[in-house]
Amino acid sequence: METVKLTIDNKEIEVPKGMTIHKAARKIGIEIPVLCYMELHDMQIENKPAGCRICVVEVQGRRNLAPSCATKCEEGMVVKTHTTRVLNARRTVMEFILSDHPKDCLICPKSGNCELQSMAQQLGIREIPGQEIAAMSTYRKDTSPSIIRDLDKCIMCRRCEMMCNEVQTVGALSAVNRGFMAAVAPAFEQNLEHSTCTYCGQCVAVCPTGALTEVNHTPEVLRALADPSKTVIVQTAPAVRAALGEEFGMEPGTLVTGKMVAALRALGFDYVFDTDFAADLTIMEEGTELLDRLTRHLNGDTTAKLPILTSCCPGWVNFFEEYFPDLKDVPSTAKSPQQMFGAIAKTYFADKIKVDRKDLVVVSIMPCLAKKYECQREEFSTDGNRDVDFSISTRELAAFIKQANLDLNNLADDEFDSPLGESTGAGVIFGATGGVIEAACRTAYEIYTGKKLERLEFNELRGLDGVREATIDFNGLPLKIGIANGLGNARKLLEEVRSGKSQFHAIEVMACPGGCIGGGGQPLHHGNSDIIKARAAAIYREDNSKPLRKSHENPFIIKLYEEFLGKPNSEKAHHLLHTHYFYNKKKVVVKQ
Amino acid sequence: MKTIKSPADLRNFKEEILAKMYGSGSAMKGKVRIRVHSGTSGLASGAKEILDFIVLELEKRNIDAVVIKTGDLGYSFAEPTIEVTRPDEEPVVFGNVDKLKADEIIEKYIKNGEYIDGILPVNYKTII
Amino acid sequence: MQILVCGGTGCRDLESEAILESLKLEVEANALENDIQVVRTGCFGLCSLGPIVKIMPDDVVYFKVKHGDAREIVEEHVIKGKKVERLLLKDPVNNKSLVSSAEMNGFKKQLRIVLRNCGVIDPENIEESIAHNGYEALGKVLTEMTPDDTIKVIKDSGLRGRGGGGFPTGIKWEIARKNKADQKYVVCNADEGDPGAFMDRSVLEGDPHAVLEAMAICGYCIEADKGLIYIRAEYPLAVARLKTAISQAREYGLLGKNIMGTGFSFDIEIRYGAGAFVCGEETALIHSMEGLRGEPTVKPPFPAEAGFRGKPTNVNNVETFACVSPIILKGADWFAGIGTARSKGTKVFALAGKINNVGLIEVPMGTTLRDVIFEIGGGIRNGKKFKAAQTGGPSGGCLTEKHLDTPIDFDNLIAAGSMMGSGGLIVMDEDDCMVSVAKFFLDFTVEESCGKCSPCRIGNKRLHELLDHITKGKGTLADLDRLRNMSLVIKDTSLCGLGQSSPNPVLSTLDNFRDEYVAHVTAKKCPAGKCRDLMEYFIIAENCVGCTACARVCPVNAITGQRKEPHVINPSICIKCGACKEKCKFDAIIVQ
Repeated sequence: METVKLTIDNKEIEVPKGMTIHKAARKIGIEIPVLCYMELHDMQIENKPAGCRICVVEVQGRRNLAPSCATKCEEGMVVKTHTTRVLNARRTVMEFILSDHPKDCLICPKSGNCELQSMAQQLGIREIPGQEIAAMSTYRKDTSPSIIRDLDKCIMCRRCEMMCNEVQTVGALSAVNRGFMAAVAPAFEQNLEHSTCTYCGQCVAVCPTGALTEVNHTPEVLRALADPSKTVIVQTAPAVRAALGEEFGMEPGTLVTGKMVAALRALGFDYVFDTDFAADLTIMEEGTELLDRLTRHLNGDTTAKLPILTSCCPGWVNFFEEYFPDLKDVPSTAKSPQQMFGAIAKTYFADKIKVDRKDLVVVSIMPCLAKKYECQREEFSTDGNRDVDFSISTRELAAFIKQANLDLNNLADDEFDSPLGESTGAGVIFGATGGVIEAACRTAYEIYTGKKLERLEFNELRGLDGVREATIDFNGLPLKIGIANGLGNARKLLEEVRSGKSQFHAIEVMACPGGCIGGGGQPLHHGNSDIIKARAAAIYREDNSKPLRKSHENPFIIKLYEEFLGKPNSEKAHHLLHTHYFYNKKKVVVKQ
Repeated sequence: MKTIKSPADLRNFKEEILAKMYGSGSAMKGKVRIRVHSGTSGLASGAKEILDFIVLELEKRNIDAVVIKTGDLGYSFAEPTIEVTRPDEEPVVFGNVDKLKADEIIEKYIKNGEYIDGILPVNYKTII
Repeated sequence: MQILVCGGTGCRDLESEAILESLKLEVEANALENDIQVVRTGCFGLCSLGPIVKIMPDDVVYFKVKHGDAREIVEEHVIKGKKVERLLLKDPVNNKSLVSSAEMNGFKKQLRIVLRNCGVIDPENIEESIAHNGYEALGKVLTEMTPDDTIKVIKDSGLRGRGGGGFPTGIKWEIARKNKADQKYVVCNADEGDPGAFMDRSVLEGDPHAVLEAMAICGYCIEADKGLIYIRAEYPLAVARLKTAISQAREYGLLGKNIMGTGFSFDIEIRYGAGAFVCGEETALIHSMEGLRGEPTVKPPFPAEAGFRGKPTNVNNVETFACVSPIILKGADWFAGIGTARSKGTKVFALAGKINNVGLIEVPMGTTLRDVIFEIGGGIRNGKKFKAAQTGGPSGGCLTEKHLDTPIDFDNLIAAGSMMGSGGLIVMDEDDCMVSVAKFFLDFTVEESCGKCSPCRIGNKRLHELLDHITKGKGTLADLDRLRNMSLVIKDTSLCGLGQSSPNPVLSTLDNFRDEYVAHVTAKKCPAGKCRDLMEYFIIAENCVGCTACARVCPVNAITGQRKEPHVINPSICIKCGACKEKCKFDAIIVQ
């Protein structure tokens, strides 16, 4: 590889040609501060508009300062990263940025997790000269079913825009206005809910400030818990247990399943259940649908369309409803685990504990912001009573636990309640990209071939690459599987399906890079993809530790079918566990 | 319409045009040429009305002249400007031309070569 | 015979009107009024030699004429046909008298290369262009020169970009030539944005073929077959004439496939800009042409490497292109012989502001500001005192009296704290407040910043606010240091040329007119009397007769006093509307 030699702060260094000054400096232990710049290494995602101008350095022979995040190393370059000129410039630019930023840190949802706040500390800013005469750029606040936009706090880092357009190809957010009033917003500064937004929340996940945050539903949950007439049950998504610990200072990848259950119980939930149970149920329904379509297809039935697409991910559902309405027959009709759980809880379980569904409150803890929108969709309620009443994110749960004076670190492990808390390893791996299809394969293989699966780990389906494909031998039938994580990658596979070129029998799509573990409601990873990897590892660890790892072996699922649903894809199952899709996503009215 | 097939063809064509415009046998030879400077500056100050006026008046007064619409000369302070070239004479530019002035230019300068107030001297060299 | 008397402002100030009258009287006295016309002309552009009298058709020019000379001119020259030797101009070399205007050419300050055909040819008739050497250079290049020969000629000519930066055009072409690609583009930047500058518009309206031909020559050199003209939609006439010119050139086989039978193909399309100043910056311009938000990106990569649609693209400005054909036809040495050591050829300036001859001029590089303002420009309006001239528009700085004799070229302007820019030249007189002037230009840049980088987006706004503060009399001496620091940091850290130069008006006024700033912040006075907040209206008691006219006209009842006794203005009520001063017939009201 071609290399160049340069000097940074009097240290000589040789780096590959094309490397930026910022990365070269990091190699020799010099961490040049950056604000707008963001990199997700393994996903090859890089945001470098070179807009904040915090990372400027002095390059000998150059007239002005150079943004180190976007300036490539050149042979013989002499770089200085902390001269008086650089420090003064960096401070002055930071003062500019802060002069146009609200000072309500004390009550900002991002406080303590705000990159602008940490940068102000790092640069030792103690006053903002001229603040008394400085006008602020102010905007209308926008609240959607999932996401709140407070552009007063936007610093134009453009990360959200990059995620929304380049990674997710959703195209809801882009820079609008000019000069001082420039900000990132939907076209014509419409509300997010009137845009193409899928509520995947990746914009929220990367926003360095409080400009993009989730809608907080914990007060409603608290009210339900305090209401003696309500029975409140909670379900927790698989990805939550692999990340919640991070909010309490634990290493990324620490599994906190038991402690999370203990915390939820301490918070006062009457039953602590697991979405993993519903994930097993999803496999039964979706797997059966896959096998049905596959068999009909192999038998020459032209109405049986392949590939079948997973439908667990609400961001993904919003995406294809918006961009591929012509393909609405392609995805599985199975509801997502969150909604299957809600449907079963408010029928089967409500009957069991003899509570009217109106007095039963179902709360979900999700790594996701689109789930907030999903549970508010009209078709997921009966007589105005939602199957899932409230969905709160991992981050909201962490705050909730802290407010209840609990420290997750000090809680003794507890167990989920039965029956809706019982699950297999197949349900757990829903949390990582490739997990749903792997879980489906474990079940479908045994049902289709009638043979016992020897090796449960389909390693060919795992990993973090945006698009992956694998062929699984179903007893002589080569089952072709496609996997996409990130909506931009999903779009590629969908375009193939639309043009009839797709070779796959089944495709799994997760809207967020990495799957649910990288969801928009998870603890902020600030661009560090090692954290996502650690969370994935934790998910597979939990799968490994489970005595049962195939959904169809979950005794409580078997019992549910025996007692209530009949068999997979039965009429009752269809009524409760399946849905259909709309050309235009159903609007949810937001209470401002 | 002519398609130019080679650079030599272009040069010949140029000679043709020059002959047509200035050549001894040309119908344009011996006619007064009037350039009305009609760029944005000129038009904004009324060059279009002056152009129409001059064309109409020349016809009325039976004066055979060539009127050419060109871009601006750069004399923004004196727009609209027009340039009059009498046969075999140096061109003369008039500034701040309104209809009254245009009438005077036609009557005095175009007809008789009589100078009138408002001439803008050529204050530049050019490579043409 | 005609006697022409210069009626330009410069000569009129030297009593040319009296000369005109005297000449008329002399003509009448000699009963020659039927044969001799005495007429008033516009400015000859030689004001320092005025008043000027020219005798036609003899083509004799007299300089520094006094009205006492009228008799001698009429009696000697008109009647006897003898030239008045003492009023003729002497050749500085051999002291020979110069007679005809042809001989005087050496004294003419303007040289038209770019504007050669403007006002001369009919821009809507390609035959007129061809008659004036149109497309001859293209023919020459295509048959007699290789692309490398051609680039060498452009390089040797010393032509530098006229759009602002002054980058050597030949080198730019060479780089674009060296970058190999299946498709390359030639772009003409006609996004003229400097307030008051309109040379590009005039060239496109007056001589569009000059630009089309040069673009084709450039296309031949860099191996591009596609040209794009990026022009602001506010130039409808230029657009219309360009369209006509392009279609005529296509008809005649001078654009399109197989130009003049040489096998070279080149065609041109028009792209419209919406008038954003920043889109004059080449990367922003390219993004705008691509249908993206018009904002700049970091260079490198330069457009010559990755420009329009990622392909090598050469961007030149209209005026630069307009220089190309004459260079090819007359040779590099001819062009290099005009101008100064490092700035060759001519420059078009748009004279505006407090100058008599507002308009477009074209002068050789190295012409002094004095010649431009006091000769060609006819001096300052209303005989006021020259204070400063702003070059480079909102990105430039002001030149003052001490710069009057500096030869204007790229390097000298930068050394003087300004820049060439696209050639706007705004003249200010003693009545202009330089703090307000800086604020005016900042007003423009604040409006035109794209908002991408923080120093430009927020910093310029802060600069503007502080200037406003100072013009309201609320500034302090420390604010002047802050102004300077902010300006230097914005220049040092901004992403593109807009922010890198927007503080120039502040810095150059601070450097050249510090006293004015100090007066604003310490004495709270505006020396030019422009800043309304710093003005106070007084009644001089001795002059006031107590007529009550002022009190009656005052809209806020700030004036009190008894009839026939001196009145008083209450400054805390006065809104400084000036109505009283206008009404007062006794000059009793003054402004301080």
